[in-house]
Amino acid sequence: MGFVTATAARQAGRNFFELAAQFRSFATIGFRRYATYRQATVASLATNTTFGFLRSYVLLAVVAASGAGSIAGYSRAQLMSFVWLGQGLIGVVLLWGWNDLSERIRSGDVVMDLLRPQHPVFAYVSADLGRAGYAFATRFLPPVVIGSIVFGMALPTRATTYALGLCSVLLAVLVCFLCRYLVNSCAYWLLDNRGPTMAWMVFSGVLGGLYFPLRMLPGWAMWALWLGTPFPSILQAPLDVISEHGGVPGPAAMLAVQAAWAVVLLAACLLVQRRAERRLVVQGG
Amino acid sequence: MVDRIRPYLALIATQVRGQASYRTSFFFDLAGNVFFLGADLLALLVMLRTSGSLGGFDRAQVLVVFGLSQVAFALADLAVGNIERLRTYVRSGTLDTVLVRPLGVLGQLLAMDVGTRRLGRLVYSAGILAYALRLAHVHWTPAKALLVVVAPVAGAVFFASIFVATATVAFWWIESGELGNIVTYGGRDFTGYPVSVFGGWFRRLFAYALGMGFVAYYPALALLGVRDPLGLPGWVGWAAPAAAPVAALVAGLVWRTGIRHYRSTGS
Repeated sequence: MGFVTATAARQAGRNFFELAAQFRSFATIGFRRYATYRQATVASLATNTTFGFLRSYVLLAVVAASGAGSIAGYSRAQLMSFVWLGQGLIGVVLLWGWNDLSERIRSGDVVMDLLRPQHPVFAYVSADLGRAGYAFATRFLPPVVIGSIVFGMALPTRATTYALGLCSVLLAVLVCFLCRYLVNSCAYWLLDNRGPTMAWMVFSGVLGGLYFPLRMLPGWAMWALWLGTPFPSILQAPLDVISEHGGVPGPAAMLAVQAAWAVVLLAACLLVQRRAERRLVVQGG
Repeated sequence: MVDRIRPYLALIATQVRGQASYRTSFFFDLAGNVFFLGADLLALLVMLRTSGSLGGFDRAQVLVVFGLSQVAFALADLAVGNIERLRTYVRSGTLDTVLVRPLGVLGQLLAMDVGTRRLGRLVYSAGILAYALRLAHVHWTPAKALLVVVAPVAGAVFFASIFVATATVAFWWIESGELGNIVTYGGRDFTGYPVSVFGGWFRRLFAYALGMGFVAYYPALALLGVRDPLGLPGWVGWAAPAAAPVAALVAGLVWRTGIRHYRSTGS
C-alpha cells in the first residue's frame, strides 16, 4: 500500500449541474440539522426579542434626549427597523455560538471533512446557507413582526429595496460565515480556541453595528470600520439597505464593500485551509 | 465552622491552581472579560455623545448607574457565574458525582468552578464607578459612604440569585439554551441604564416585578440626591438593598425544588 496523504484528491463538480447538486445536498443537510433544534430556536427567539425591547427603548431615549426628531439621519421609525431587523439578523448570519469546526479540529473529527472529495470551505458554506434559509423563516421574521406591531417600523418604500436587501443579507451571511470559518481555523494552530472566539464575540457585535448604528460614530471612525474591518458588512450594511438610510455610503456602495470583503475573506479562507492541512496532526492517532 | 468550610476552600484552591496552569487561556479570559465591558461602555458613551443625556439624567449620573450595575454584576459573575454550566452537568449526568459527596450540592458546584478569570472585570468596573462618582460631584455623608459599599454587594447577591434561579431551569428543560440570558445578561444591560429610559409593561416587569430597578437605579438616585422622575419616594433608594435577601430566598426555594427533580441520564 502506498503512502496515504492527509487529504483526498479533490474533485470539484465536473460541470455546473454537478456542483449545484452537491451544493443542494449540503444545504439540505444544514437546513435539516437546524430544523431539529426546535427548543433552542424558541429560546434564542425569546432572547433576541427581549434584547430588541431593551435596545428599542434605549435608542428611543437617545432620540428623545437629543431634541431633534432623528439621530445620525435615522428617523424614529428607521431606528426601530434598525433594532428589530438587527435582532432578526443575529440568527440569520449566526453571529455567535458556532464553534463546530474548532471543536472538530480539537477532537480530530475534522479528518472526516478533509477526506471528502469536496473542498471543506465549499461543504461548510453550502451547509451554512441551508442553515441561514431555515433561520430566515424562524428567527428573522418573528422579531420583525413583533417589533413592527409594538414599536412601528419603517417598511421599505421602494420595490428595489427588497431585492437589494435580499442581496445584502445573502452577502452578510457569506461574510459572517467566512469570518467564523477563519476564527474557527485558528484552532489548527492553537487547539484551545477560546481567545479568538472571545475576540470575535466582542468585536463583531460592537463594531458591526448591533448595539448602536455606526453612523453615530465620528466620520473617520465609521469609514475606518467600513473599509478596514469586515464587521459592518455583517449587520450594518443589510440594516441600512433595508431601512433605506439616505446618507453616504448608499446601498450600492455598501453592497460593493460587502462583495469585496466576501472575496477577500474567501481568498483568506482558502489560503488558511491550505496552510492548515500541511500542519494538521490529528489528535489521538 | 472552620471544619465545615475547609473542604470548599480546598476545592477552590484546586480550581485556581488548575486554571492558572493554562496560562494563555487564563490570560485570554482575563483580557476578554475586560474587552466585553469595554464594548458595553463604548456603546453607552457613543449614545451619550449623541444625546447628552438619557432618561432625564446627565452623562455623569448615567455613568453612576452603569458603574453600580457593572460592579454588582462583576461580583456575582465572579462568585457564581459558572453555575451556568449546570446545564452541561445535568445533560452529561456528571451531577451524580456531586450528589454522592457528603457536602452541600450548590456549595460544591460554586466551588468547583471559581471564575478567577473574571477578576479583571471587577477591577475595571470598580474603576468606572469611582470615576463616575467623582464626575457626578456626590456630596458625601457617612450614610452615602455606607450605601456605596452595601449597594453593589446587595446587587451582587441579587444577580447571584438570578444566576442560580435561571440555571435551575435545566433540571426541567435541559435544552433551555440561552433562555436564562434574558434575565442574567438582559438584567445586566437593563440595570445599566436609568429605569426612566424604559417604558410600558417592559419597565414594570423588569424594574418592579423582577426587582431590577433596585439594583443600581434607586441606590444611584439616593447617592446623587436626585428625585425619582417616576415618582417613588426618596427612601426607596436607601431601602433598595433589601431586595437582595428576598431574591436570595426565592432563588433558594427554586433551587431546592429543582434539585429534587433531578433524574440522572440513566446511561
